[in-house]
Amino acid sequence: MNGYPTKAEVYEELCRRHTREIQERLGKAKVAVVGLGGLGSTIAIALARVWVGRLHIIDFDCVDLSNLNRQQYRMMDIGRYKTEALREQILSINPYLDVLIDTIKVNERNVEKLFFDDDIICEAFDNPEAKAMLVNSFLEHYPNKKIVAASGMAGYGSSNTIHTRKVAKNFYLCGDEKTGMEQANGLMAPRVGICAAHEANMIVRLILGEVEV
Amino acid sequence: MIQLNGKEVELEKPITLDKLVMQQGYVITQIAVEKNGEIIPKSTCGEEVVRDGDVIEVVTFVGGG
Repeated sequence: MNGYPTKAEVYEELCRRHTREIQERLGKAKVAVVGLGGLGSTIAIALARVWVGRLHIIDFDCVDLSNLNRQQYRMMDIGRYKTEALREQILSINPYLDVLIDTIKVNERNVEKLFFDDDIICEAFDNPEAKAMLVNSFLEHYPNKKIVAASGMAGYGSSNTIHTRKVAKNFYLCGDEKTGMEQANGLMAPRVGICAAHEANMIVRLILGEVEV
Repeated sequence: MIQLNGKEVELEKPITLDKLVMQQGYVITQIAVEKNGEIIPKSTCGEEVVRDGDVIEVVTFVGGG
């Protein structure tokens, strides 16, 4: 770490940019990002750059060559757990962040225990059944916590069809709500990135008390 | 008459929520369902009865992430 900015220097710089009041609120938030693919890896890095207090990143899978078209991993990461590769990358951006990892497959039985200590969770799976399972189980166990999910970001259709919508009191949905990877010849970094940024920005808004989209 | 994703649907008689969404062609494992503004847990969709005047919203998840 020789020659690197200190923790206080990094924090003060963010306070200068974001204002101290906002930085303090970001610093108190506990956010889980669930699924570390094209959405989740991009969302986690965005939240790390604004220094969200604690990032809880969850995925069971390893980095594969087929991920590199849209996910924030590098060739050197192939074969490593996504949780470990992403934590390393996040800590290379800001080594003072609190990053908690769980290398585990999320299911109905572990949702309650996994998210006990998170304020906001971000659904970033790619499988539609997994997405539905997480949203349903999470809101069943934690009706007063907030979840931001995504549906529809495949292909290279118009950027402007991707939106954020408040579906219910604590449930927000980002995407075009139509274009799945089945119809659109796969997923590409730009459009997945747009959707990821929608999710990340909604999370920042929620942390800062903005509950409308 | 109920509202389902903004469209009017005629109900012959009250029906449980899981039956309604399947009848309407949704894949139950890929959706979240809201009734009158509240998300209905999957575990209770089989007991939740839909009646005239209810507003149902079905959120469909497609693959990709």
